[in-house]
Amino acid sequence: MKAMILKEFRELRRDKRTMAMLIALPILLLVIFGYAANFTVDEIPTAVVGDNAEQVEGQLPDLFAVEDDISSDEDAQDLLRDNVVDVAVDTSTQPATVYIDGSSLFAAQSAQAGLAQAPDDLVDVEVLYNPDLTTAWVMVPALIGLILTFIGTIITSIGLVKERQNGTIEQLAVMPLKASEVIMGKIVPYFILACFDMIIVTVLGVWLFDVPFVGSVWLLALGGAIFLFVVLGLGVLISTASQTQAQAIQMAMMMLLPQILLSGFIFPLEAMPAGISWIGYILPLTYWVEISQGIMLRGAGFDSLSWAFGVLVLMAVVIFTAAVVRFRRDLAPSAHGKKASK
Amino acid sequence: MSRADAGAQRGFEEQWGLHGVTVRYGDTVAIRDIDLRAVPGEVHAVVGGDGAGKTTALRCLAGAVNPSEGEARSPGRRSIGFMPTAAGVWGDLSVDENIAFVGSAQSVTGKDFTQRRGELLEATGLTGATKRLAKQLSGGMRQKLAFSLAMLHRPDLLILDEPSTGVDPVSRIDLWRMISIATAEGAAVVMATTYLDEAQRASRVLALDSGETLIEGAPDEVLTRVPGHVTTVDTPTDRVTAWRRGRVWKQWSPDDPPAGQPRVEDLEDAMVAAGMAKEAAHV
Repeated sequence: MKAMILKEFRELRRDKRTMAMLIALPILLLVIFGYAANFTVDEIPTAVVGDNAEQVEGQLPDLFAVEDDISSDEDAQDLLRDNVVDVAVDTSTQPATVYIDGSSLFAAQSAQAGLAQAPDDLVDVEVLYNPDLTTAWVMVPALIGLILTFIGTIITSIGLVKERQNGTIEQLAVMPLKASEVIMGKIVPYFILACFDMIIVTVLGVWLFDVPFVGSVWLLALGGAIFLFVVLGLGVLISTASQTQAQAIQMAMMMLLPQILLSGFIFPLEAMPAGISWIGYILPLTYWVEISQGIMLRGAGFDSLSWAFGVLVLMAVVIFTAAVVRFRRDLAPSAHGKKASK
Repeated sequence: MSRADAGAQRGFEEQWGLHGVTVRYGDTVAIRDIDLRAVPGEVHAVVGGDGAGKTTALRCLAGAVNPSEGEARSPGRRSIGFMPTAAGVWGDLSVDENIAFVGSAQSVTGKDFTQRRGELLEATGLTGATKRLAKQLSGGMRQKLAFSLAMLHRPDLLILDEPSTGVDPVSRIDLWRMISIATAEGAAVVMATTYLDEAQRASRVLALDSGETLIEGAPDEVLTRVPGHVTTVDTPTDRVTAWRRGRVWKQWSPDDPPAGQPRVEDLEDAMVAAGMAKEAAHV
């Protein structure tokens, strides 16, 4: 038995990915759950508009962090739809109307709790986009992204690594196929399957959970296509760094876990300390959550989501280019009759 | 003019092969200053033990690895047929689907494809297994399928990386028959093998050891160019230069053989003797 234990330790020591999981994962989970797993939002971005904005602003509890740079002439509901703030107070009505963005579930719950102590005749409270604060309405749009991430990273990387593991990548490398043809040939089927999955999950989500679809279907489709390029790129990147399917799954899981925990999908980004939330802002799923919830629940247009689209496009270009360059290097297409410089 | 004749007319500069090729992976030199000529209508065997550099040399010739130094010259992707060590067949595709995919990738279509498919299936004995998944085939059948895929487009240069390793003797004979057909059609065949009896059947042999050329030439030439000579003895005088082969002992001596005696009996003796001569030179 001693020999067996010793052998296992020696193998583990040389398996850097497993060692990373053994050491990094517990620390990562501890830090994330310790700091980020917080459903209570302590500070809610708030706008106060209308004629009596200055007076009302002073009476709001500390929970509502009023954004000073928003003009009092803005439309309160537009500010929520464009996700500028989670709470907008319209002081032009009597009493003032407090609009709460129901698509920001945890912020909305905190806002409701914060306003519960106010006298009934002081403000009217109206929750927009998710009036009953139904969890499924918020989760389903984000889940579409999670499913696309799963297909894009895990399934794609496995498909590519299988080619290497079976030795057929060498065969492809010397066939009269361009590297781009090989890459596209490998990716297009997953792209199509992921598109089908996206449609099925969206339709089922709307049908089974009554999730509203207020915005443009085409805008969501565009966002989905860009997001797919990002996650497919990640899948190809993983495949270039993995020799076996097990390694690919291991790496894909390590990329998937932070996306689930830190994208605002489960825990609100607003409730996380800045030291942790910055990780969320470099994850593609964060921007998908923004886009899908914005379009489906709030009916947000391209203008208010342009920055999220912009970030995803940037990620798609950078990640996909890196993936293609690395995959091309794997295929090692050399010019025939090529001379090496001496 | 046949492909073989056309090839024979090419000058050295135009010949396919490796010319002074060195391949490095980081700090590791996989092969160093290797020369290898691929001649139409001939089989060039690359022999050597594990890690000798056979696969790297073949991959370099196929264009899957760039040389760090020297020149790799081959006829272009459309004219290369490559069979990698791991057979290179798609396990989750049937025999027919494998052939169809490679046919499409190599632009072999229509009547030409149907005819070629039939020829190869018959030659390999896979006619009755066209619907079977490649991963369900026996080792020998899988190797024969891989060979068919490499041969499908009638390549001018056929590169085979250990096609007969792990294959039963009957399938080995089938594979050699197919190699003979390929050379008869004018293809230049370069194959790596660990079986010296196979190398003995080749037109030329390149023996590699630790990435360097141990000995190169036609099998008969190689037997006459080995440094020193090998004798069969009952009791070896020096265990360092002796090895057991079957029931007898072989003893290498760096001296030339007595007049009228051959240096070595066969390629196996030649390989071992060349290896010992190399070691002796380094000591």
